Amino acid sequence: MPETHEQILAPGTTAPDFSLPSTPDQNVALSDFRGQPVVLVFYPADWSPVCGDELSIYNTALPEFQRFNAEVMGISVDSAWSHIAFAQAHQLHFPLLADFEPKGAVARAYGVYREHEGTTERALFVIDAAGIIRWNYRSPVGVAPDAAGALRALAALPPATNTPERQATHADAQ
Amino acid sequence: MPTLSEPVSDRDHIQGPADAPMQLVEYGDYECPACGQAYPIIKAVQAQLGDKLSFVFRNFPLPTLHPHAEAAAEAAEAAGALGQFWPMHDTLYEHQRHLTNQDLERYARDVGVDGTAFQADLTQHKERARVEEDVRSGIYSGVNGTPTFFINGTRYDGSYDNESLIEALRQGSGAR
Repeated sequence: MPETHEQILAPGTTAPDFSLPSTPDQNVALSDFRGQPVVLVFYPADWSPVCGDELSIYNTALPEFQRFNAEVMGISVDSAWSHIAFAQAHQLHFPLLADFEPKGAVARAYGVYREHEGTTERALFVIDAAGIIRWNYRSPVGVAPDAAGALRALAALPPATNTPERQATHADAQ
Repeated sequence: MPTLSEPVSDRDHIQGPADAPMQLVEYGDYECPACGQAYPIIKAVQAQLGDKLSFVFRNFPLPTLHPHAEAAAEAAEAAGALGQFWPMHDTLYEHQRHLTNQDLERYARDVGVDGTAFQADLTQHKERARVEEDVRSGIYSGVNGTPTFFINGTRYDGSYDNESLIEALRQGSGAR
């Protein structure tokens, strides 16, 4: 079980692994994507208007993310069934993961859980091919994040991010 | 704050003097209700600021939310290729709930473009590449919804009522 962090996990930290349902009968683990960059998009709720817009922007930007061989994944505390309906309604072409049981455990591990609302923050992480967080972003309230920051972070990744460098970077963890 | 990845240039559709001290760039979707709400506000801002303002429109259709948005964007560009971008742009925003292909052809006739050339352009998707260029520059500029505005090159996250926009435009041009 991931432990709770109060602050958003910093660049240089090993990204906590997780396995979350992407559909009612299928799980996706972060470690499945070792060897390629991953963009985690934490968003508060499936059906809020701002989230629909935000995820549609990421959907529109998917070809750009694919240029970096990056896998984009959305994460919220909604259930897999809600995710299916939401993804169909918005025709999203990347997986939405259900941080549903225990609620918000992965968001807590990344330091992006909102206790009062019981949702995740609006936050982004770029994780390199070796599983190290290289960039993070927490959105101000009411402002949807764009895709440009994560794309720039991907462009700035060194070509050979497969080199293990966890010893050097782990000290940054809160 | 994010800034335009592609500065305004000759390829853009510009209203007002290109060297105006205040520059407003919109990334918009013809079928997006919020863009439709912004449309008359921009008209009013333009009327108030006159030659001090240049306004640029770039396409950012979200086809998964708005099924007619891409065709509408291509239609505006096709009309633009025939010299009637802004009349078509205005017509689309004034009828944004009626954007079927038949509607688009009717609007093209209304703004006085040659029907055959327009249809050929639309059916062969001659303007798709340009629309995609706009979307790509929007993604890298930090578009985070539609509409997204840039004032003198910097993204504007404030509300887009008349007074807020004019205040931000005045400040943006002063800071230059």
